[in-house]
Amino acid sequence: MKLIILDDYEQVSEWTAKYIRNRIKKFNPGPDRFFTLGLPTGSTPLGCYKKLIEYHKKGEISFQYVKTFNMDEYVGLPRDHPESYHSFMWNNFFKHIDIRAENAHILDGNASSLEKECQDFEAKIKAAGGIELFVGGIGPDGHIAFNEPGSSLVSRTRVKTLAMDTILANARFFDGDLSKVPTMALTVGVGTVMDAREVMILITGSHKAFALYKALEEGVNHMWTVSAFQQHPQAVFVCDEDATQELRVKTVKYFKGIMDVHNKMVCTVSISLYFFY
Amino acid sequence: MPSNKSVSDAPITQFVNCRILKDHKLQWEDLWVREGKILNPEKLFFDEEGFADHKVDCEDKIIAPGFIDVQINGGYGIDFSQASSDIRGGVALVAKKILEHGVTSFCPTLVTSPSDIYHKFLIVSVLQKVVLLDLLAPVMLLCFSPQVIPELRVQDGGPEGAGVLGIHLEGPFISEEKRGAHPPKFLRTFKAGGLADLMEIYGHLDNVAMVTLAPELANSAAAIHELSGRGIAVSLGHSMADLSQAEEAVQHGAKFITHLFNAMLPFHHRDPGIVGLLTSDRVPPGRTVYYGMIADGIHTHPAALRIAHRAHPAGLVLVTDAVMAMGLPPGRHTLGQQQIDIQGLHAYLTGTTTLSGSIATMDMCVRHFREASGCTVEAALEAASLHPAQMLGISHRKGTLEYGTDADFVVLDDTLTVRETYIAGQKVWRK
Repeated sequence: MKLIILDDYEQVSEWTAKYIRNRIKKFNPGPDRFFTLGLPTGSTPLGCYKKLIEYHKKGEISFQYVKTFNMDEYVGLPRDHPESYHSFMWNNFFKHIDIRAENAHILDGNASSLEKECQDFEAKIKAAGGIELFVGGIGPDGHIAFNEPGSSLVSRTRVKTLAMDTILANARFFDGDLSKVPTMALTVGVGTVMDAREVMILITGSHKAFALYKALEEGVNHMWTVSAFQQHPQAVFVCDEDATQELRVKTVKYFKGIMDVHNKMVCTVSISLYFFY
Repeated sequence: MPSNKSVSDAPITQFVNCRILKDHKLQWEDLWVREGKILNPEKLFFDEEGFADHKVDCEDKIIAPGFIDVQINGGYGIDFSQASSDIRGGVALVAKKILEHGVTSFCPTLVTSPSDIYHKFLIVSVLQKVVLLDLLAPVMLLCFSPQVIPELRVQDGGPEGAGVLGIHLEGPFISEEKRGAHPPKFLRTFKAGGLADLMEIYGHLDNVAMVTLAPELANSAAAIHELSGRGIAVSLGHSMADLSQAEEAVQHGAKFITHLFNAMLPFHHRDPGIVGLLTSDRVPPGRTVYYGMIADGIHTHPAALRIAHRAHPAGLVLVTDAVMAMGLPPGRHTLGQQQIDIQGLHAYLTGTTTLSGSIATMDMCVRHFREASGCTVEAALEAASLHPAQMLGISHRKGTLEYGTDADFVVLDDTLTVRETYIAGQKVWRK
């Protein structure tokens, strides 16, 4: 995996947005060849979305031939509720770019059969040719999407009951009233994300530091589901200084030392200078 | 190319690069319009998988709901209260011209008039009710009395002009001492106050949106009750009422004050009069008392405007109370029986310093209000749109840019100058 360590949240947002932009441009999508992108919600990716919108408005990127698949959605929350993930994606991303609704896929937490909805979602991913790049965040308990501690590392899209940690963390979006926070969600599985050709995880803030340590420096463990990506052939972790606080100095020094190579992946140049190592 | 056809075939227009007045704030948001109504783009995206057919670049301007003028007596040489042979033509001319001021809906106002004028303007054809077809009315006209036609009626706005929300009847049930320029011989009192009195004077109430009356007149309560029950906004004005009489009127249903400060007892610290309604604690819960202000800098001193605004900002409604000289160029004009000299925003009776009424346009009032009160742009715009709509009980379709409401709006620059006016999503005027 590549660990990209940047100074702060703004730099993380910018680096990630540039990476996604360059990825899409290199892929060169068209009407018969959509770029499939997995997307997260929450405060971590907000800055990245803002940057992507900026690049779009400057004409540097189009989402006309991009298909998106969101990771999760609450069960039972009305779709137009301000805290639903549909609302989040519309307000923070979709309404500012040129994506068509039929190419934006989000799980429907109000479907009459949740199980069928999950199966259909997996089928849609498969029909789209699989996911090129899955972007995600990490919970303080090391979860990816709503794959709470104890989730199978080969799980697929399904209904999950949220852990108390997650409900408490979400309460701030529901006026601090625990009774208003949804207790269940539809989520892609760890296995679903692992199937993507590339995975990019964003981790910012010191409250995520311990989870990052567990995900990178300890073993693959279903109690810290992000650790599954140690076994993914193309994983990129992008974090800020604060999130590195529980890592070994040796780890941090190593990855900081190769930032020159990493930064080539986000510069605005022609495709031929795109490096892998 | 996938289409928007799941709910409607009609084209969708998206106004971009604009700041819209939404949730009481100017926000950098796009405005979406379909079939003359404001469209919810999130629903369009997720439910219909729809997208815009046309995009209009507003070049960073402000979009506000169209202005609503609930007190306007005429303009451009037209006086609504005069019994002319072409009443509808007169209203139509004013309706068209006020589009330039950002007004998309208005209430043509009739001052105190003789009963037969009311009957002529307000009567609704019995034939219309029976036949229910406008097309046959002209045919019927040839056979029946020419007075049996609706002269002033509620109608939607469009490229021909601003919409008529209904008539504002200012009088004749007003106070003699506070009649202002209203002709004294046509003032009336209530006999019993009920429907009989109203019908005897007005004839019909079908196209009436507002009535201004003086609540201290005996038996006014029954009239207020009757009018409010019909959805007609009762306004207190041209009155000598004290605060308790005014509060009683509010309890019976009155909800507006006609041109606050003018034609009423002045505020007194031991008897606040009608002005005291702004901070009254006897307004029934859940109700708001609204008040009209002529913010031309002349009819109300800016300090008085500020006092009213600070005391009760949510109730302030900008009105022009414009007279027929509004819109005419500077200089001397003969209007009816009078000679008027127009200088700037002042219209004097020729050779005197007596004002003959206000001639400020609604957009001028919005700008002046903002400057004089130091209020936010949002507050100034809402005083001319949201508040009059709320007062008339039509804010579910006018006066806002909420989803599903009528797409009547104005495009303004940062000086609050009107650049374009839209009614039902169609551009009806541009500078």
